[in-house]
Amino acid sequence: MSSPAQRDLDFDFELKLLLDAIFHKYHYDFRSYAGASLKRRAHVALKRFGFDSISQLQDRVLRDPKLFTDLLGYLTVQVSDMFRDPAYFKALREKVVPYLSTYPSIKVWVAGCATGEEAYSIAIMLAEEGLLDRTLIYATDINPECLRSAEDGVYDVDRFARFSANYLEAGGRASLSDYYSAGYSSAVLDRALKKAILFSDHSLATDSVFAEVELISCRNVLIYFERELQDRAIGVLRGSLCRRGFLGLGAKETLRFSSHVHAFNELLPDERIYQKL
Amino acid sequence: MSQAIEAIAIGGSAGALDALTMILPALPQGYALPLMLVLHIPPNKPSYVPEVLGLRCALRVKEAEDKEDLAPGTLYVAPPDYHLLVEKRRQLSLSADEPVLFSRPAIDVLFESAADAYGPALVGVLLAGGNDDGARGLACIKRAGGVTVVQAPHSAAVRIMPDAALAMSSVDYTLTPSELGMFLAKVGERPLGLMEVR
Repeated sequence: MSSPAQRDLDFDFELKLLLDAIFHKYHYDFRSYAGASLKRRAHVALKRFGFDSISQLQDRVLRDPKLFTDLLGYLTVQVSDMFRDPAYFKALREKVVPYLSTYPSIKVWVAGCATGEEAYSIAIMLAEEGLLDRTLIYATDINPECLRSAEDGVYDVDRFARFSANYLEAGGRASLSDYYSAGYSSAVLDRALKKAILFSDHSLATDSVFAEVELISCRNVLIYFERELQDRAIGVLRGSLCRRGFLGLGAKETLRFSSHVHAFNELLPDERIYQKL
Repeated sequence: MSQAIEAIAIGGSAGALDALTMILPALPQGYALPLMLVLHIPPNKPSYVPEVLGLRCALRVKEAEDKEDLAPGTLYVAPPDYHLLVEKRRQLSLSADEPVLFSRPAIDVLFESAADAYGPALVGVLLAGGNDDGARGLACIKRAGGVTVVQAPHSAAVRIMPDAALAMSSVDYTLTPSELGMFLAKVGERPLGLMEVR
């Protein structure tokens, strides 16, 4: 019988091998994700799938793409709310929208959109500011299941009380209920919002610049990366922004530790909104 | 077995802030170890915990930042609405993963990652609180060979958390806040061995 410490080392070792295997087989690169949180999620996945070891899981994952898709759901984080951190959306509306409105056409990128809550929040805000009909929002994620569900724009009706409170606190001009139709247990967002959003697959770990945009919102994505991968990702974001374009990060994310820090001005430090120089 | 201690992880909830204001003043400026702290705090407003504790002790107290390197003599406080974890490379990480036992930050999340990162080189301290967050994490620290300490339940304003931890694993020390202050001061003085405090 191996000691707990030994089993733990084995877990680390096997997890590293699993990530290598996933990269070679499925081209998803988790190898430079921050270890502590990834390991925690791998433990949860192992338990749910009922495998004794990561090696057993690896054996199956390599032969069963469906199981890989399920695993992806555990390895990526999908927690999000509409208008999460209302102060951030309020700052976008009051301080960034006036700049955006000077462009004849606007492109926005929500990087790491998970199930779409933030992309729809931005769409609603831009609609209220009269800009949505000349805006295209790219909403990207690495998880195809998330993208599908984001595209549906269907959420539990229970969540809308919190969404609505956030919306009002974020400076919403109407009522959030103007933008969805509620059924018995779920609510679906308006078709007009969906038309402005292009959901697609993109990885900040392996893909590169695909468009030039005026605003990027990439919140609570970088915290899951090691510093080196953060830097790569920020490089992609930087390369995608037009001159004087805006970058919004999560409430506890910063460019301070990045080699790209000098390419940005800290426009609104409290809301973590940067402007490219 | 003598083991060099490299870090201290602290968790608590209701009543823990009071305990900390008694414990932390015992630690001198230039304390030899980094300390990480998770307190249950509301997710939707700024936390004043770093300011409050910073005024009461000689340590450098700050809100933990993502991918920040750990420095000695510094107390890193988990921000509201994020879990705080520590990486094997002695760096802090924040995460927006689901709340654990309705809490984000959660003590279990910090303790489990710290047990993994530091193994036997960690002291885990669980203070007063009103639920059983931290009990699992403290058991993890113990399993990884670390030193575990629980605030003596009779000295805790709310004793559910210490009681839960004592029921779940065999804890090395059960101490009142003033004893805890002396204990941690001693651990920091002698980072090369815990023989004398054991």
